[in-house]
Amino acid sequence: MHCIESGNVAAAYGVKLARAQVIAAYPITPQTPLTEKLSEFVDGGEMQAEYIPVESEHSALAVCIAASSTGVRAFTATSANGLLYMSEQVHWAAGARLPIVMCVVNRGVGAPWTIWNDHQDSISQRDAGWIQVYACDHQQIIDTVIQAFYLAEAVSIPVMVCYDGYLLSHTYMPFDIPEAAQVDHFLPPFKPAYALDPSQPANLNTVTLPDIRPDIRGDLAPGYMEIRHNLHTDLRQAIENVAEIDARFKDTFGRGGCPHVEPYRSDDADFIAVCLGSLSYQLRDVADILRDEGLKTGVCGIRLYRPFPDEAVVDALAKAKGIVVFEKALSYGNQGALCGDIKAALYHSKQRPFVRNYIVGLGGREIKTADLLAAFRASCAQTDDETDTPQWIGLNL
Amino acid sequence: MGAKTTILNLPAEELVHPGTRACAGCGLGIVYRVGLKALGRDTILVVPPSCLTVLQGLYPIAATQLPCLNVTFASTAAAATGVLAALKVQGREHITVAAWAGDGGTSDIGIQALSGACERGDNFIFICYDNEAYMNTGVQRSGTTPRGAITTTTPIHGKPQHKKDMPRIMAAHGLSYVATGSAAYPLDLYDKIKKAKTMGGTKYIHLHTPCPPGWGFDTRYTVSVGRLAVETGLFDLYEIEEGVFHLTGPSARLVGKERKPVSAYFKTQSRFRALTQAHIAEMQQQVDETWAGYEK
Repeated sequence: MHCIESGNVAAAYGVKLARAQVIAAYPITPQTPLTEKLSEFVDGGEMQAEYIPVESEHSALAVCIAASSTGVRAFTATSANGLLYMSEQVHWAAGARLPIVMCVVNRGVGAPWTIWNDHQDSISQRDAGWIQVYACDHQQIIDTVIQAFYLAEAVSIPVMVCYDGYLLSHTYMPFDIPEAAQVDHFLPPFKPAYALDPSQPANLNTVTLPDIRPDIRGDLAPGYMEIRHNLHTDLRQAIENVAEIDARFKDTFGRGGCPHVEPYRSDDADFIAVCLGSLSYQLRDVADILRDEGLKTGVCGIRLYRPFPDEAVVDALAKAKGIVVFEKALSYGNQGALCGDIKAALYHSKQRPFVRNYIVGLGGREIKTADLLAAFRASCAQTDDETDTPQWIGLNL
Repeated sequence: MGAKTTILNLPAEELVHPGTRACAGCGLGIVYRVGLKALGRDTILVVPPSCLTVLQGLYPIAATQLPCLNVTFASTAAAATGVLAALKVQGREHITVAAWAGDGGTSDIGIQALSGACERGDNFIFICYDNEAYMNTGVQRSGTTPRGAITTTTPIHGKPQHKKDMPRIMAAHGLSYVATGSAAYPLDLYDKIKKAKTMGGTKYIHLHTPCPPGWGFDTRYTVSVGRLAVETGLFDLYEIEEGVFHLTGPSARLVGKERKPVSAYFKTQSRFRALTQAHIAEMQQQVDETWAGYEK
């Protein structure tokens, strides 16, 4: 069914179609319309789920962690400081290998307070062991939410579906709401490997020692380091799972084909702009203009950010002369986090392109297409690695 | 309270394996063993980091025969809510959900999530075992450390503030059932947990659990120290049932009788060595006032 709705409502429909069984959330702008919509679905009897109006984000993820450990499909959503407040639980959910899905409606982080969009919130959680996927439009939001549950349950790793606050969460765009029967076929009910059960007692997340220890039968059990190594290797494996799930989704719904990165006119491009989220649409306009000027430019939106899809990134970028990474987040005192990842991925490529880094739109600062155009054009004139320092666009110093 | 359980009809089945990692003389060891008998096998436990995490053992061996979810420090009550929500979705609501947290995990870092769950009225039993400091991390003061007690963060003069009155805070949430208990009176706490299982909404049980290394007494005196706390009127055993307060068992029997002086309790533990006569007199007066209220 086609509709015109906000990005938050697109996410809510995705959660409803995925038949999440326990939803816990705490209000924070710009996530609120998503959880309001879900509470409306549950309260109105349209959705068979328990909606828990918790007293904090820390508790929101606590409810999801416990519900998932008890064997049901759990969902929450947050933004900015809410995500940071639950950060301990974010790490816990990954370590406990729970297939929770969480929407992060991207917003800048205080202090000072800002309620507007950038990516510092989810980027700050990139090393927690979650899968992170960034959507760039409303259709991707709803499709990614549905896929996220399948992916999370396939690999027993939680998934963050990230999308831009306001730019996507509060704007209205047309998108297709998949048929429930088709979604049920694509995403069968959750079958946990273990669920808390008095008839099969287990003590979950107990204290581990630095070394491995035998169990009561004398068999050595994995220790903390083995458990964490498994999380890492399973995350790396998830890169393939994402591709398989994308292919299955395309078979069923006819959409997809770019599971890891989303290239635009980049096949023959000399210079490629790279970004996360909705910025890729604006950069496509910029690339089109530069193409008209005779510069072979393209765009590569990164959809899967963790695990980082190195191979797909190298395939998409390594043939270019220059890569220009536009980022709404920063590893303070270093460079854009994505830029560092791109450089690392390209390190082994034979014809290593230069990589430039621009920081844009922090705290919702307007990103002017003319500014992007000027920066991208200037970068195309560059011939070598001029500087590692990220340049800032839109500053009024 | 209905028919009282006696040592003769207390269930013989043990749900805590022998050989736990509790310290010798641990008050928690007593209340946990008896408490699980009251909860029964059809129970899911939720436990934050605390002495109980240690008592239950190190991966991959566990001392408890019940399923247990270990959770982050501040999230105990919210996690109990999550287990409960999942059980409801699954139609397994006959299973009892019981959270066991220490005094820090309850009255300090855990109070926000606990208050939230109580306000929602989520149907589980929250048991706080109160050894009156952060014992698991090496005896740092907590919100329920009593006034004057020396801890590793009140090392010379003792804690200047009074003990936070957690059961009354819980009662102010309008819970169906709030009760106190003591490791020195295991049958009393057994009956209270059994009763909590029959009540709706959130239930709160606050257990006084003497701690030999933290309080500074010999491991053989756990029960006698616990009894003295009750006999001096410093830790009272009561129930608040649907808002109605009444003393129970050993505390009820003290009404109208002469209580032991609080100094008798303080003298048993080295943590009270910094208390002055003036402090002791002040605390005696407070206990006397509280009991004058009971006896009115």
